[in-house]
Amino acid sequence: MINRLISPEVPAFGPHLLSVVDLSPEVLTGILDTAESFLEVGHQSVKKVPVLRGKTLLNLFYESSTRTRSSFEIAAKRLSADVINISTTQSSVTKGESLIDTVRTIEALGADGVVIRHPSSGAPAFVSSRVGCHVINGGDGCHQHPTQALLDLFTIRRKLGRIGGLTVAIIGDILHSRVARSNITTLSRMGARVRLVAPPTLLPRGIEDWPVEIFHSLEKGIEGCDVVMALRLQLERAAGGFIPSVAEYARLYGLNAPLLERVAPGALVMHPGPVNRGIEISGEEEFTESSAILSQVEFGVSVRMAVLYLLMGGGPEEVLAGGAVPDKGGKE
Amino acid sequence: MRDQETGCLFLKNVHYFDPSEGVLGYGNVLIREGRVESMGEVGPSGAVREIDGGGGLLCPGFVDLHAHFREPGYEYKETIATGSKAAVAGGFTAVCVMANTDPVNDNADVTRAIRERALDVGLARVYPIGAVTRGLGGEHLTEMGRLSEAGCIAFSDDGKPVSTSRMLRRALSYSRLFNRPVIDHCEDPELSDRGVMNEGSVSADLGLAGIPNASEEVCVARDLSVLEACGGRLHVAHLSTAGGVRMVREAKRRNLAVTAETCPHYFSLTDEAVRCHGTHAKMNPPLRRESDRLAVIEGLKDGTIDVIATDHAPHAPHEKEQEFDRAPFGIIGLETAFSLSLALVREGHLSLSELIYRLSFRPAALFGLPHGRLVPGGLADFVLLDLSGEWEAGRPGYYSKSRNSPFTGSLMKGKVLKTIVGGRVVFDGEGDVCG
Repeated sequence: MINRLISPEVPAFGPHLLSVVDLSPEVLTGILDTAESFLEVGHQSVKKVPVLRGKTLLNLFYESSTRTRSSFEIAAKRLSADVINISTTQSSVTKGESLIDTVRTIEALGADGVVIRHPSSGAPAFVSSRVGCHVINGGDGCHQHPTQALLDLFTIRRKLGRIGGLTVAIIGDILHSRVARSNITTLSRMGARVRLVAPPTLLPRGIEDWPVEIFHSLEKGIEGCDVVMALRLQLERAAGGFIPSVAEYARLYGLNAPLLERVAPGALVMHPGPVNRGIEISGEEEFTESSAILSQVEFGVSVRMAVLYLLMGGGPEEVLAGGAVPDKGGKE
Repeated sequence: MRDQETGCLFLKNVHYFDPSEGVLGYGNVLIREGRVESMGEVGPSGAVREIDGGGGLLCPGFVDLHAHFREPGYEYKETIATGSKAAVAGGFTAVCVMANTDPVNDNADVTRAIRERALDVGLARVYPIGAVTRGLGGEHLTEMGRLSEAGCIAFSDDGKPVSTSRMLRRALSYSRLFNRPVIDHCEDPELSDRGVMNEGSVSADLGLAGIPNASEEVCVARDLSVLEACGGRLHVAHLSTAGGVRMVREAKRRNLAVTAETCPHYFSLTDEAVRCHGTHAKMNPPLRRESDRLAVIEGLKDGTIDVIATDHAPHAPHEKEQEFDRAPFGIIGLETAFSLSLALVREGHLSLSELIYRLSFRPAALFGLPHGRLVPGGLADFVLLDLSGEWEAGRPGYYSKSRNSPFTGSLMKGKVLKTIVGGRVVFDGEGDVCG
């Protein structure tokens, strides 16, 4: 296992994962290959490897999240790291502590890495410029969600065998979506063609240079696609005037079985979750074989293990030493 | 201050420039009792102090129509004392300060307190701008008569636009009584809609809520229509968009009583700066696209934009060092304004005399201030400049109490050597404010 872990030649990246913008196709492939080798760990009876033994990872979540937070937690624990979860409802953040003070405090406690989920775009980058530990963006505002894009890449590659040459439609609230921003970059960098399908009110202005094709009609946008990725619609968008009503959105942009007859044979249906049933997707029971939504969750753990390992693992030698001489970690 | 004003100062070996008449000369300037006595080939008759200008350029002190000194109420950001130091260090001898203090400058007591404090400080001349509406609340006009008598030279709810077109109409009409301009911060809050930076490719990439150009343009259009309908004098603050410049240009062609200012950051930077400078590139209106930057320069060239103001807006480090969308809008500007503006001369957009005109005589004339001239009998408020001098912004620090500037660490060309107010040296070269 350990030997296989070191085998993928992953070009260096880090010390932080704030955005996918700086990740070359080689780094992306390296992360996916590493995730591939971690997939096995989840199928062992003892789901643990000692590569992050003695390291502490902090999950700092300023927004509610079930799957991302628990996915990072499981990933870190499978790598034998110690994990502390802090959510804003139970910390001094509710007492008015500033982000920078919270993070300094946490650093003083000795964390080796911090996963930050924050409603303000750019918050993880801000933190990374002021602390000494690794910072991993667990989703910031409408900006980036790097590990989601990586797990989406991984899911597509595993299910369809490749990424280059595929056509991927991303459907919904592109304007407010960090998932879309990260996915557009990673998918196009790996050679996929990306389509955005959304009403004009949910598309950002100033995207003329994005490597995408824009569709307002769902029917036309998903025609012949290999992957259709629906985004979660925040229900308050109707109150904000971006759409007249959730019902109209569902009628114009909701995926269902009859519509999915237009996609390419064997196409995947994806969603970053949690799904608003009956809005972004309805009648999923009619196309269970094409739905990759639960695989995304499962693969998310391996992908996050790969990211944590590559950023915090300290390189192959340390990993080898940790694996080959089990006592060493305990003595330090 | 008084002692030296009655004394006599002899400034020798300077090139002197008067933008009111466009006269350039070389020689000496004799100052007595705070005013220019004579200039040219004059001797130091009876002078108590002699200064060698080293062949530098002596101009009227700069006049800033738009600054925030934060006192009273926000002394942790800036005070009249620290703001005045920043002003004279940047070559500004007169500064108009906005009303969004706490309490708001919407009554004569606050106006008088600001003026008295500024006189105690004794550096730059400080002119209070009164609020248009009580408490900046947008509902009731302030007592503009009492405010004018107490020393307010213009009216503005800056920080926000005049609330409604009806309120703007009343303000423009009523302020005619006192021949004072209404300054509007042109923004449609509905279109800004909690935006935090310019709307465009950068905001799309960064996932930050955008403020469209239309937010400024809609308000400029409203203001010009109201001005045309009811008269008065309108001064458009911090113009940042191509559309805004175009509308002001057309309005001036039709002889509407409109004037406009822009700030150095709008012709020096674009929204790309947000990527590297973060919250220090966050201000309102926001840094715009390159095409807007060029349109602002075009506006300065053809006189559509009358003056360069700073919108000096200090904020404490703990306010700027936080999440981008939570940090307040605004940057400091008094100490870097001249050097940034001089780049327009180096790049061939403005002549040096036009630049000095737009920094001194023109702003003084707009608000009826007795400044911006270098003539016998005129006030001895000067700045002595080294046009090729280089310095690093914010190093070792700023005179302002705050340091929220995207230019910190940048190489600046064009240096203020000395600043003189009322015949007294208030800033002396290598980092000395004579407070």
